Amino acid sequence: MVATIGAATTSAASAKRVEERSTVVIRFAGDSGDGMQLTGTQFTNESALAGNDIATLPDFPAEIRAPIGTLAGVSGYQLNFSSGRVFTPGDDPDVLVAMNPAALRVNLADLVDNGILIVDTDAFTKANVRKAGYDSDPLEDPSLERVSVFKIALTKLTSQALKELGLPNKTVVRCRNFFALGLCSWLFTRPTEETLNWIAEKFKKAPQLVEANTLVFKAGWNYGETTEAFHSSYTVAPATGIEPGTYTNMIGNKALAYGLMAGAAKADKRLFLGTYPITPATDILHELASHKELGVITFQAEDEIAGVCSALGASFGGAIGVTTSSGPGIALKSEAIGLGVMVELPLVVVNVQRGGPSTGLPTKTEQADLLQALFGRNGESPVAVVAPCTPTDCFMAGYEAVATAIRYMTPVIVLSDGYLANGAEPWSIPKFAELPSIEAKFWTQSQGFHPYLRNEDTLARPWVVPGTPGFEHRIGGIEKDYASGNISYDADNHERMSRVRASKIERIAEDIPPARVEGSDTGEVLVIGWGSTYGAITEAVAQLNAEGIATGHLHFRWLNPFPRGVGSILKRFKHVVVPEMNLGQLIRLIRDRFLVDARPITKIQGQPFKVRELVEPIRALVEASK
Amino acid sequence: MTTAESPKLTRKEFVSDQDVRWCPGCGDYAILAQVQKVMPEIGVARENTVFVSGIGCSSRFPYYMNTYGFHSIHGRATAIATGLKIARPELSVWVVTGDGDGLSIGGNHLIHILRRNLNVNILLFNNQIYGLTKGQFSPTSRLGLVTKSSPKGVIDNPFDAASLALGAEATFVARTVDVQAAHLQSVLRRAAEHRGTSFVEILQNCPVFNDGAFDDVTDRATIDEHQLLLEHGKPLIFGPGGDRGIRLDKNMEPEVVALNGANSEQLLVHDETNDALAYFLTRLERPRFPVPLGVLRAVQHPTYEDRVHEQIDALHGAADEKAFDALFASGDTWQVGQAK
Repeated sequence: MVATIGAATTSAASAKRVEERSTVVIRFAGDSGDGMQLTGTQFTNESALAGNDIATLPDFPAEIRAPIGTLAGVSGYQLNFSSGRVFTPGDDPDVLVAMNPAALRVNLADLVDNGILIVDTDAFTKANVRKAGYDSDPLEDPSLERVSVFKIALTKLTSQALKELGLPNKTVVRCRNFFALGLCSWLFTRPTEETLNWIAEKFKKAPQLVEANTLVFKAGWNYGETTEAFHSSYTVAPATGIEPGTYTNMIGNKALAYGLMAGAAKADKRLFLGTYPITPATDILHELASHKELGVITFQAEDEIAGVCSALGASFGGAIGVTTSSGPGIALKSEAIGLGVMVELPLVVVNVQRGGPSTGLPTKTEQADLLQALFGRNGESPVAVVAPCTPTDCFMAGYEAVATAIRYMTPVIVLSDGYLANGAEPWSIPKFAELPSIEAKFWTQSQGFHPYLRNEDTLARPWVVPGTPGFEHRIGGIEKDYASGNISYDADNHERMSRVRASKIERIAEDIPPARVEGSDTGEVLVIGWGSTYGAITEAVAQLNAEGIATGHLHFRWLNPFPRGVGSILKRFKHVVVPEMNLGQLIRLIRDRFLVDARPITKIQGQPFKVRELVEPIRALVEASK
Repeated sequence: MTTAESPKLTRKEFVSDQDVRWCPGCGDYAILAQVQKVMPEIGVARENTVFVSGIGCSSRFPYYMNTYGFHSIHGRATAIATGLKIARPELSVWVVTGDGDGLSIGGNHLIHILRRNLNVNILLFNNQIYGLTKGQFSPTSRLGLVTKSSPKGVIDNPFDAASLALGAEATFVARTVDVQAAHLQSVLRRAAEHRGTSFVEILQNCPVFNDGAFDDVTDRATIDEHQLLLEHGKPLIFGPGGDRGIRLDKNMEPEVVALNGANSEQLLVHDETNDALAYFLTRLERPRFPVPLGVLRAVQHPTYEDRVHEQIDALHGAADEKAFDALFASGDTWQVGQAK
């Protein structure tokens, strides 16, 4: 059960003390041009390779380059790495790396007491201090006494490390994040070999940058190792309690792309993505566009509507039509999703949710599109809805969406969000052969065909693709006759077809696992969540049970249909609490469906729940009802 | 396009079992009849032919064709056809649309399918009115036209469908009329033959809401004066007995000249590959000039779907177990416990 690491390079000769930590939360913060996402991502890779369990929270502004040094331009990347299991990026950082005054101002309050603060003193110029809204140099402020400050002339040290290379000053400054990465890698005894390989690979087109970043990275490491600034470094042992297997570091959008590709391949169909770039979903397009060797077609359409329509056209032709977007784009696609409901073709619609309404908070996370997914179309327009719980669960969510879309001949909406999309965690690499089979047969039976014949089990209509002789037929958005598939305006027929379309989606419940409670199986509080709150709820429930409050956790992956067996679970708990990153959407469905007095915990700040934001109100609820 | 050897089909085999429900006298009947007549000649098997439409009177078309068909949503037929054609390049894909569906709500998709040059045939029925919603002006309605939504006359400038198509880089642009069966058929044949997006504007009479919009072009009495039948390599001659032609004046403006036997060499000669001439022809102002009918532009460019599949095929990949297992493990990996 113990991880074996290939690339540990901790200096055994170091005279410095090495302290053991079980869990560390580190946040890298700087200007959006400072490369903090890159630094955070690579530190995460090192930690994953060190065998730690990890969870991350990249947090960046919508502006590609906000004015330099301003509060609006601050970009952050938080990582929780541990020798045990972790489910969230951590409530508050133990370590904060602040590359400029604005980054300090935005993030300092979150740093725990006695936490480690590393700053680049060279960035604390009068102008930068003023831009961050400070009246005087914050590094001299007594409020910093509550933390351990490491004032390092990062820019100067970077420049010194590079003085032989004769690089322009601008390039030199842009290398300083590698100093921070090297220093932090030393501080937490991370393996460095992979990072050096990665630098060589990433900058291979510019050999000078390979040399520069390597030098700076090593200078950062050596600074920690040799100077008097740090008296001790830390280790976090490989995580225990992790399932055996081969792991890789995975983020949600990439996992989702993999799941879609694997699903289509398992069904022996071509994957067709019709899409339009939108934050935070665009990386799915980037990923799929880079896998033409797997036969994947990506079509960057002229707009969101053309994205979904082309996907539907491809499905009509026998491919797996997929479209990816975020809330505003989904709004534009609504009519075509309704067409998908009416013509009953496989269609996967991915919504990587972000703050809304309208443009909202494009780079921040939110769960406020649940009701849109379920009801945001004209008419009675049921679609299947699945919401992945963790970044790596995006893989199976995408895979199952493909399988369900084919089996039930229906649009399936995948509700991911910005937190899952960019968040990273270790992924136990599956074997393609061991993934569930997906049967996708085009109709070729010679007798009794009409385009709206129903499969007795699934109520799905047959998938008959153009090119099949003898089955020429027309489908479309106008209501169809149940018995012939021809256009019908008949009153009773419309009611019958509306009910059949609803029943078809309900039958998907046959294929999904029944509701299952984690934590306490019965007791005081049942916490019901969906989607990306899984990690925070899991940790909160564990904490509450440890405190003696018997708490269960029921997490909905499928939002339409609901899994079987929810009603009986609800009866086993005194209270039902529903945390959501919206103003209360799932809770409406729970109350409506099960007539229970569920209580909401809502947060709509573009940020995921912290564990204490769940623990505290639940504890208070239990105490108040004693 | 497949050239499936399934000939000997007749018009009847392309007629579906559905009752046609356009208004009596609608120009769409004539177009439907000619399309059904031409399809067997084109030689593509019924099962390999797909008609896609949006919303509007013309968009009922697929129900009447005994082929595969998709009657979709307003303006989106070209986008649906794009996905279908990319996924299944071997199919013969036809889009039937109108001046509202194709040029108003679906204008964006139309210009983009044209610039991409998918091998899809687009038939745009232009009746200069919204028929299905019972008589509102369209983007091609003439200025001043009184309709239910323009009781004091239309104040929107119309655009010319063929000019727009040329501006969107269409590789094949033609114009024909509903009532001239032979001409319509010949244009349809040319459209089907063209590899790339074929854009065919069909001037079509709506007898209920905009009757007679093209009378000057189609009436026997005036037809010679108001139609300019284009032929590649032939001078621009029209009028009763071919008594006049079109040339450029000294300011490079078009002018009509009476032919006297000596000046025919000064006339413009139609060239389907000449972009500037094609655009020039679509700008001839009616009724001072005749309406050019026929193929305005026909040039060969690579199709979008060919490029899509060339990029994929060049990699000689396979979406098999080996490829996916390699993909899943393509990042840095580490082992926990026993290796699987």
